[in-house]
Amino acid sequence: MIVLSKEKLSIQKEQDVVLFRNRIKELATKIGMSLVNQTKLITAASELVRNMLRYGGGGITHLEIVSKNSIPGVRLVFADEGPGIKDVTLAMKDGYSTGKSLGLGLPGAKRLVNEFDIKSEPGKGTTVTIIRWKNGL
Amino acid sequence: MERIPILKMGPFLLVTIQVDLYDRLALTLENDLINMVSKTEAKGVLIDISAVSIVDSFMGRILGNIASMSKIMDAATVVVGMQPAVAITLVELGLTLAGVHTALDVEQGMELLRNKIGQIDTDEEGLYDSFI
Amino acid sequence: MNKESAAALKGKKKQILDTWMSNQTKDAALRDDLMSVAELQQQSEEFLNSLLKAFASSQAENPDSAGYEPIHDILSEISISRARQGFSPRETSAYILSLKEVLSQMLEERYKEDTTVLYREIISMNKIMDSLSLVTTETYIKGREEVILRQTSEMSEISTPVIRVWEGILALPIIGTLDSARTQVVMEALLEEIVATGSRIAILDISGVPTVDSLVAQHLIKTVSAARLMGAECIISGIRAEIAQTIVHLGIDLTNIYTKATLASALKMSFSMLNIQVSKAAQNGQIGSKQNFGF
Repeated sequence: MIVLSKEKLSIQKEQDVVLFRNRIKELATKIGMSLVNQTKLITAASELVRNMLRYGGGGITHLEIVSKNSIPGVRLVFADEGPGIKDVTLAMKDGYSTGKSLGLGLPGAKRLVNEFDIKSEPGKGTTVTIIRWKNGL
Repeated sequence: MERIPILKMGPFLLVTIQVDLYDRLALTLENDLINMVSKTEAKGVLIDISAVSIVDSFMGRILGNIASMSKIMDAATVVVGMQPAVAITLVELGLTLAGVHTALDVEQGMELLRNKIGQIDTDEEGLYDSFI
Repeated sequence: MNKESAAALKGKKKQILDTWMSNQTKDAALRDDLMSVAELQQQSEEFLNSLLKAFASSQAENPDSAGYEPIHDILSEISISRARQGFSPRETSAYILSLKEVLSQMLEERYKEDTTVLYREIISMNKIMDSLSLVTTETYIKGREEVILRQTSEMSEISTPVIRVWEGILALPIIGTLDSARTQVVMEALLEEIVATGSRIAILDISGVPTVDSLVAQHLIKTVSAARLMGAECIISGIRAEIAQTIVHLGIDLTNIYTKATLASALKMSFSMLNIQVSKAAQNGQIGSKQNFGF
């Protein structure tokens, strides 16, 4: 996998989310991703960035255009230094939430992207990486 | 502070969301709308989301909340104009918006609301029930 | 491969190219209908230049070394373009194999006196050329796979027409197996058409779907749910007896979805949902009297 472009965006307040979403849309449009796939990617990002703001107290996002076997895709990394998740397996279950949400955030986001990776250490923070390929299902 | 305008049309309230929502704006809308329903004794709420390109689980929950709260206050809620890409994404996300009525556009949404009101009246008289 | 052989081959470059070209053109397998000789000449010269340069490098024996990278690129390009143009695998690999023949001849001439060296150099050259020949085959297959993939996606697009059967009623006859990729295309086409025509009802006819397993059912349910979110209702029709059996045996829950055995009964149901009345014209020759919808 090759990284074709790279940028960083800090998310500290809700208004940053709007800018962040627009930036993803620009990247996805640039590689010619279909509207449905774009919507799935941005919705997943929206879920993850909310988690980051609500539970992780904000953090840094990385936006990258990557390419594997000459198929382009968008990779997003969400890194916070919040309290972390105690039980990642449990957090990935549909309907589980420590807050008052529907508990669809993490598992829902996973269903909306092609590749999903979560690393979390209690007390140190959480890092989520997602990729959506241009024509991925 | 940014606010989404709510229009009153006869017994209905009409909201057209023209911007992409962030969480606080959506919460404000929920609050304003429910207060309006109570103040105007509206019989129906129509929310047009045809210009909205992203509906995530939070926004979906707000829509569900508005519908449930309105229902307690005897008002029907209909969400109209959802984009195909948004609908596909919501299904994938696992959100079906149970309890929220939907229609393709404002016109069909209005018709549905009118039928809902009609249904309540006629149900009481026990004359006929309509499909919608 | 030693420096001496590399230099010797380099010195005979012109001769190698000429013999190789004549071998290629002589070969009955060459498709001059698919590629002009001038084009082939240019391609071959470019390839030979890179190959001789790699032979002269310090890592000439290792076909995976950096010196061979441009050669791999050229070869891949040639094989992929040949795969697309419809060359057979034999024709494609003949390209590299005919060069191998020429190189053997040249080495034979150079080391006529010393068979030990000749043997060693031939083995070494063979090893390199065989590895390159494998690259050709691999990329050729990859090229063909791309062609197949493209055709599959074209087919799935062609085979999903959305038909407007009545004012406000769409029909989507699905023919063939529904997989994830196809469902996405079908779903998008249907939902777009629902918006474009403002249709409140869509009939998904699955008479042409050979089998319905839990995955296909799940895809259908997703499509119905998405249409509902937009404000349209779906009816699934064309459910054959054996499909009904499998659905029940697999424990798939379709209770929240309107299902009908035939497209006709689905259409009838749509009429009643939209409060449309369709009836036969009066017998006495009056076509389309006031209450009737004329056919």
